[in-house]
Amino acid sequence: MARLEQMSAADRKHHEELECPTFETQPWEDGPPLNKRRVAIVSTAGLHPRDDRPFTLDPGDYYRVIPGDVEANDLVMTHVSANFDRTGFQQDWNVVFPIDRLRELAEEGVVGSVADFHYSFMGAHDPMTIAQEVPRVAELLKKDGVNAVLLVPV
Amino acid sequence: MLGHFFEEAGLPTTQISLIRRHTEITKPPRALWVSFELGRPLGAPGDPAFQKRVLLAALRLFEAAGGPVLEDFPEDAPDSGGEATTLACPVNFAQKQGDLTPTEKLCAAFKREMVSMRPWYDIAMKKRGRTTVGASGADVETIGDILCSILEGRVPDSPRQDISLAHTVAIIAQDLMAYYGEGITAQPGQESPSSKVVADWFWGGTVAAELLLAVQDACKRSEDLMMQIVGSALIIPTSVAAARHERG
Repeated sequence: MARLEQMSAADRKHHEELECPTFETQPWEDGPPLNKRRVAIVSTAGLHPRDDRPFTLDPGDYYRVIPGDVEANDLVMTHVSANFDRTGFQQDWNVVFPIDRLRELAEEGVVGSVADFHYSFMGAHDPMTIAQEVPRVAELLKKDGVNAVLLVPV
Repeated sequence: MLGHFFEEAGLPTTQISLIRRHTEITKPPRALWVSFELGRPLGAPGDPAFQKRVLLAALRLFEAAGGPVLEDFPEDAPDSGGEATTLACPVNFAQKQGDLTPTEKLCAAFKREMVSMRPWYDIAMKKRGRTTVGASGADVETIGDILCSILEGRVPDSPRQDISLAHTVAIIAQDLMAYYGEGITAQPGQESPSSKVVADWFWGGTVAAELLLAVQDACKRSEDLMMQIVGSALIIPTSVAAARHERG
């Protein structure tokens, strides 16, 4: 379905015409082997703990913090778009927020550890305005010892 | 695209990509393209082994010597392909409805349908130990009252004071769809239907969908600008609205 040719005509047109930024530079950060990495999830699905304020389109309202020990029933999604599937997330949060799989990989020693805090943006905001928040979130991730960020869209 | 900015801030990233064309343009440092549906970046609910293969493939990109790297995940998502059974919808407009208006009839039918869905929603919650319903602050029992108030031209009491009523209505619509989605996928033989199967069932066969379409129209007619935006774009999927428009 994420193949453009399999989408409805309306959805295909939207994604074909969506303007994507290009960059003159190609930043690239290296790090230790995977089994020494501390991994955080950064989602753009508009996820947050149930008792947090829902995402809005207000300027500045760009991200939420998801504690690493969050439980499945405490995570909800308030992305404003009606144009992607939510039934996968409804059945199994790992389809959008693969925290259980990540915890398993850490227990198996495949990755070093899982971050204490994860983050979610809400992808309906202008990506260039979201980007303004990235340095702040990056500093928070570094204070958590994170050296591997897994970006997960919807 | 966020990958570019995180790397610029000194953090290594890898990402899952759902729209390959966008990733080809933005050229993030490390990306794994997957063929899955929008909204399902790990592919398959209830399939930990599959999810782990996707996750590992994305994380293994950290071992690349240089980039940008754009790799394709070799598997499509497993899909039951099953058909969602039609809800036994107890709608009978001739039944003891006297002089009800069309809106009152619709709301009465909707509330009966919600009740008929409740056992499956409850089973889903027990089975999964969670629900995604409730972000709007409205409980299941009041969702119908709030949406029907809007149809009747009344301003309902908002369950949230921290966001606008219009925005709350959009989240209530998502809560309603989640209530139905969680319930139908708990029915026998519906363990892992594709999103299309669930969407076709919901938008093609439920009174709840009829109600949301009516709410959408009411929001568009509102004098509140935010309510108009919610009605125009945030309740009904574009593909459903386009199909409705084509049918006239």
